[in-house]
Amino acid sequence: MIVRILGEGQLDVDDSAADELNGLDATLEAAVERHDEAGYAAALDALLARVRSIGTPVDAAVIAPSALILPQADLTMAEFRKLLADEGLIHG
Amino acid sequence: MTKGMVAPMSVMKRVTMIFRAKANKALDKMEDPRETLDYSYETQLQLLQKVRRGVADVATSRKRVELQMNQLQLSSNKLDKQARDALSAGREDLAREALSRKSGVQGQLADLQTQYASLQSEEEKLTSAAERLQLKVYAFRTKKETIKATYTAAEAQTRINEAFTGISEEMGDVGMAIQRAEDKTAQMQARAGAIDELMASGALDDVVSGPHDDIQAELDRMGAGHDVDSELARMKAELGQGSAPRQLGGPAGAADGQQAPAPAQAARPAEAGDPE
Repeated sequence: MIVRILGEGQLDVDDSAADELNGLDATLEAAVERHDEAGYAAALDALLARVRSIGTPVDAAVIAPSALILPQADLTMAEFRKLLADEGLIHG
Repeated sequence: MTKGMVAPMSVMKRVTMIFRAKANKALDKMEDPRETLDYSYETQLQLLQKVRRGVADVATSRKRVELQMNQLQLSSNKLDKQARDALSAGREDLAREALSRKSGVQGQLADLQTQYASLQSEEEKLTSAAERLQLKVYAFRTKKETIKATYTAAEAQTRINEAFTGISEEMGDVGMAIQRAEDKTAQMQARAGAIDELMASGALDDVVSGPHDDIQAELDRMGAGHDVDSELARMKAELGQGSAPRQLGGPAGAADGQQAPAPAQAARPAEAGDPE
């Protein structure tokens, strides 16, 4: 499956990694739920690091939708909430 | 593929859905598939322009910060030299004032260095975002013509949807990168403006500050008429007039830009020696 890390581009990740990524994602979500900024940053780092390590970059000239889109590494929790609030993101 | 991707409130899923929803919404507005492709291509070109302007804006802002950093460094060096000169002339009070200002300047400098690093990182991110988008836009143009020429209407719709969703995602990503860079640049511009104002007001010692540089004036005066000064001070002491000259008008807290009147003890006569 193709996974996008915002600000970095797309990576091809084997489907078998889905469960592991879900686990890392759950840790991340838990940190967001309890407003734990440090925990959020650490969990996001761990998730992105794993995706980068198991994924292979997709050729930039390939146009394909991603199965998953992950926040950029330096996205703060406040920015994440703003993103969820859905503020004019896509042009066209 | 989505099997197992059902964690409730999943961060990945929420972010993915936000991007997907926007693409679908835009897609739904289009009636003619060809229109979809052409319209999307137009927006892509506009976004490409925008991201290139963004790179240029961040670079301009970074260069401005760089100039200010150089200026502050020179200012700090100068204050350091003044402190040494004052100390060797036996004016510990002047040296103290110079060092206190230097510390304010150093604080500003450290702050700017952090901002500079942040702008540099935004510039790099935007530059590579622009490169990625550029490649995608080229690829899209080719794909658009191929789809138009080759496929039947039903096939075309599927391929158009895929291409459109894929490129929309990239555009959303780039759009977000531009937005973040703009925010950081705006913050930086405000800080840079504030520092320029401080320098202009003389509160933050500027390296070219002729009229504001009271420390230098004092040092120069001491160099030129040292004998006269000490003679005068001796006479005053004899006559019992201990009043101090009031040339030192600089605020003690140079960095916060307050133009408070100078405390009287900032301008002690030379023979006072130890300012404590």
